[in-house]
Amino acid sequence: MKLPTHHPGDALLMDYAGGCLGEAGSLVIATHLALCPGCRHAVSELDAVGGAMLEGLEPDPVAPDALDAMLARLDEPEDPAPPRRAAAPVDVPLLPEPLRSYVGDDLSRLRWRPMLPGIQGVNIRLARGGTARLVRMKGGATVPQHSHDGLELSIVLQGGLSDVLGHFVRGDVAVGDGSVDHKPVADPEGCLCLSVTLGRLRLTGAMGRFLNPFLRS
Amino acid sequence: MRHAGPHALSCFFPKPFHHERLVRTRAFAFNAAMQEPPPSAETAAPLDDLLLAVARGRDRAAFSALFGHFAPRLKAYLRRLGTDSQAAEELVQEVMLLVWRRAETFDPIQASASTWIFTIARNKRIDALRREQRPEIDPDDPALVPNPLEPADRMLEAAQASGRLQAALKELPPEQAELLKLAYFDDKSHSLISSERGIPLGTVKSRLRLALDRLRKALRDPS
Repeated sequence: MKLPTHHPGDALLMDYAGGCLGEAGSLVIATHLALCPGCRHAVSELDAVGGAMLEGLEPDPVAPDALDAMLARLDEPEDPAPPRRAAAPVDVPLLPEPLRSYVGDDLSRLRWRPMLPGIQGVNIRLARGGTARLVRMKGGATVPQHSHDGLELSIVLQGGLSDVLGHFVRGDVAVGDGSVDHKPVADPEGCLCLSVTLGRLRLTGAMGRFLNPFLRS
Repeated sequence: MRHAGPHALSCFFPKPFHHERLVRTRAFAFNAAMQEPPPSAETAAPLDDLLLAVARGRDRAAFSALFGHFAPRLKAYLRRLGTDSQAAEELVQEVMLLVWRRAETFDPIQASASTWIFTIARNKRIDALRREQRPEIDPDDPALVPNPLEPADRMLEAAQASGRLQAALKELPPEQAELLKLAYFDDKSHSLISSERGIPLGTVKSRLRLALDRLRKALRDPS
């Protein structure tokens, strides 16, 4: 199996391990982790950093009766685990967890909406009004030239795309920050990716300025 | 280095499983020592043993010792993240209840007790205070790409590594330690800090790399 070659990088992995990356960004990172053993290992090391930092904190004494209160609760019955959205069993699902639990397994049942010529998208609603978006591009489809006030994180799930940063296939993560003015083009077989924007997205060409309001919706 | 490649993995031998024999005596010895100053790195393995005693025997004395060690640190962690004292106490109870209930899933080869409890606290805070889900991999997912080099030589002596890591953290220059605290204790993502302050993510990354190089060396190098 071919492993991803474009990785999120230390800063994002640490944000994920530290718990400060929001749900949208975390969804992209965790989906990459399912497909990238190397970054999985890097995150396990960053979790260990968290453990060591917890050890290093100056203890803040808890209430004197806290232990008794705790022991009294140990026999409380557990709430049943919340039901997970059961996905139909298939040999190797196209979408790895945790993404599969968010959108299911059957892409044809999603409400795809046209975004740009040759490009359709489905918004995935997250807690606190955040959004992630599945994007499906036909072969050769192009996203107009754009750059980012914030940060755009995308992970390719099927097919591929190319931009100034290189060629991206399944599992690869593209991190677009303000320093990148790019124009991704889908491979001939098309491309399916998951994309989130942390901060605002801004189109830079003349056509882009016209399309900006649509992309923000 | 863009990420930790398998070539960089350590290959320590796993600690022999002698816990059953040692757990009870250690549990009570540790319990008696709870009022002592914070244990140093050498006590990392006993913390693992306490957690294993909870997992295997529902050992309340071992759990009480774990509570004595971790509850004040968890409270400090939650308060660092802006939780008031009352709410922090309540969340500490929730976290430690999960420690009691999920102890069977603790694997000392994968993580030290501190690391395992840190991840539970981190996720509980996201769930309870940020009211968000925490997207995580499912280790049993058929779509998960396995590590081609996973078996024996991946094993890491997590507790010992944890002690070395704690020592390395104390030696970090303040500006590097500060960068770590942003992500772990201040709920400030490096990615957003970079965009808010107009610092390219690449610059943040290169500053982080200096800190991480030291820490990874401590994690992997038994000498």
